Amino acid sequence: MNSTLTVEAAGLFTTVQDLGRAGYAHLGISLAGAADTLALRIGNLLVGNDANAPALEMTASGGSFRFEHDAVVALTGATCDAPMWRPFETRHVRLGPLAGARSYLCVRGGIDVPLVLGSASMHPATGIGGRPLRRGDVLRLGSRAVHDARWAGTPWRPQCGGRLRVTAGPQSDWFDNGVFFSSVYKVDPDSNRAGLRLRGAAIEAPRAQLLTEGVSLGAVQVPAGGQPIVLFVDQTTTGGYPKIANVVTADLWRVGQLRPGDEVSFELVSIEHALKLLREQERMLAKLL
Amino acid sequence: MAPFYSRASDHSLLVLFGDEISPLMLDRVRRLFFGIRRERGVINLHPGYASLLISFDPRLITHEAVEALAREADSLEMSVPAARTVEIPVCYGGDFGPDLGEVAEHCGLSIDRVIELHSSAEYLVHFLGFSPGFAYLGGMPEAIATPRLTSPRVRVEAGSVGIAGKQTGVYPLASPGGWRIIGRTPLRLFSLEQEPPALLAMGDRVRFRAIGSDEFDAHC
Repeated sequence: MNSTLTVEAAGLFTTVQDLGRAGYAHLGISLAGAADTLALRIGNLLVGNDANAPALEMTASGGSFRFEHDAVVALTGATCDAPMWRPFETRHVRLGPLAGARSYLCVRGGIDVPLVLGSASMHPATGIGGRPLRRGDVLRLGSRAVHDARWAGTPWRPQCGGRLRVTAGPQSDWFDNGVFFSSVYKVDPDSNRAGLRLRGAAIEAPRAQLLTEGVSLGAVQVPAGGQPIVLFVDQTTTGGYPKIANVVTADLWRVGQLRPGDEVSFELVSIEHALKLLREQERMLAKLL
Repeated sequence: MAPFYSRASDHSLLVLFGDEISPLMLDRVRRLFFGIRRERGVINLHPGYASLLISFDPRLITHEAVEALAREADSLEMSVPAARTVEIPVCYGGDFGPDLGEVAEHCGLSIDRVIELHSSAEYLVHFLGFSPGFAYLGGMPEAIATPRLTSPRVRVEAGSVGIAGKQTGVYPLASPGGWRIIGRTPLRLFSLEQEPPALLAMGDRVRFRAIGSDEFDAHC
């Protein structure tokens, strides 16, 4: 019988996430998964799990979690008031407010929740994968450990920051790109895992109508009002607004660490450069093994 | 006509067949969907009215390779599963269809005529998207087109059948919504207890059949 974790305080918004639910977009089901996949992958590496092992994603504030037996855990992502980026053994993790948007509590063995369509990720808007955690929830720990827990000093971590690299979107030539790339936008409080609403200089709306089409993770769409929205992990799978840009894969984790009120600007790069950034990121991750 | 291939992002390719809503476009999207869905590295396929967005893992496959696979799949006259006809029973009006009267008034028709028009047409599922199990249906008679509510409802029940402009659709899950609700089906358009979880699929033909509240209750 596996050990358990009891939620003593759930924090503001805590869900179980893995690397997402692939393969169902044609049924209207979005990827979901960790908002900061880099933090999840590093956390799982530190405790010795496979990279896709489910962990707790906490938002804005931490929670209080008690383990039935000593557990090996690692906290990654936004800084919280506990040792970060290294594995340690404990019976109790109790966290206050986070210094960023999201932190991850990875436990050796992973969180054992039933997989729904191949993934443990919770998509709260539809209830797929379950609801956010509440006080009193008891979660079983899994058997997703594949190697020893490891720690060789604080791992490499790129700097957070509000500058996102993007490639041109499928309708980028419909817009005045000058306004978009020279402006600083602010993340609106009405943002969530489905999309980040930005407030700033309005981008002139194109006259043309777009037939509803598929939308990529990280797409920057511009509705008629001219205020851009970055589509994120819990996104709708299709949309009718034109897309001016798309955040590069290597910077998607940064989107997951943006908070309401944060400032963000955009830098245009080529697809080739975006893929180079991704290769560099993967090389740095591989060095942690 | 050859499709247009666009690199929508560093991890996706948009294949654009045209800019119209038609059975021909649907057929091409559907063929490409079945031709490419099992390829290694493909993460998700997002069909639209006249396009397919192929999202992939750029660590496993390149844009060039995905485009080559798409070109090949588009050129082959491969067979795809036959389209089905799905009948959706709908209890129109009453508590299940609070906006039916307003739709009739807006269109200058009797309530019975609105029901007759809505349930006599044959609809085509162009694709599923937006949210789980939601079908974009084509084929609604223009005579019953009605604008959305000026202020959306906080909650629309699962199974609600609505009209928004020239579109009609069924809410698979309870959610906020601004469509004019004219009835409700007892069928579950999306349920994780069904396999596949979505009742409808791209390419299906749909007919609505008017039922009474007794038949609705018998289904539940």
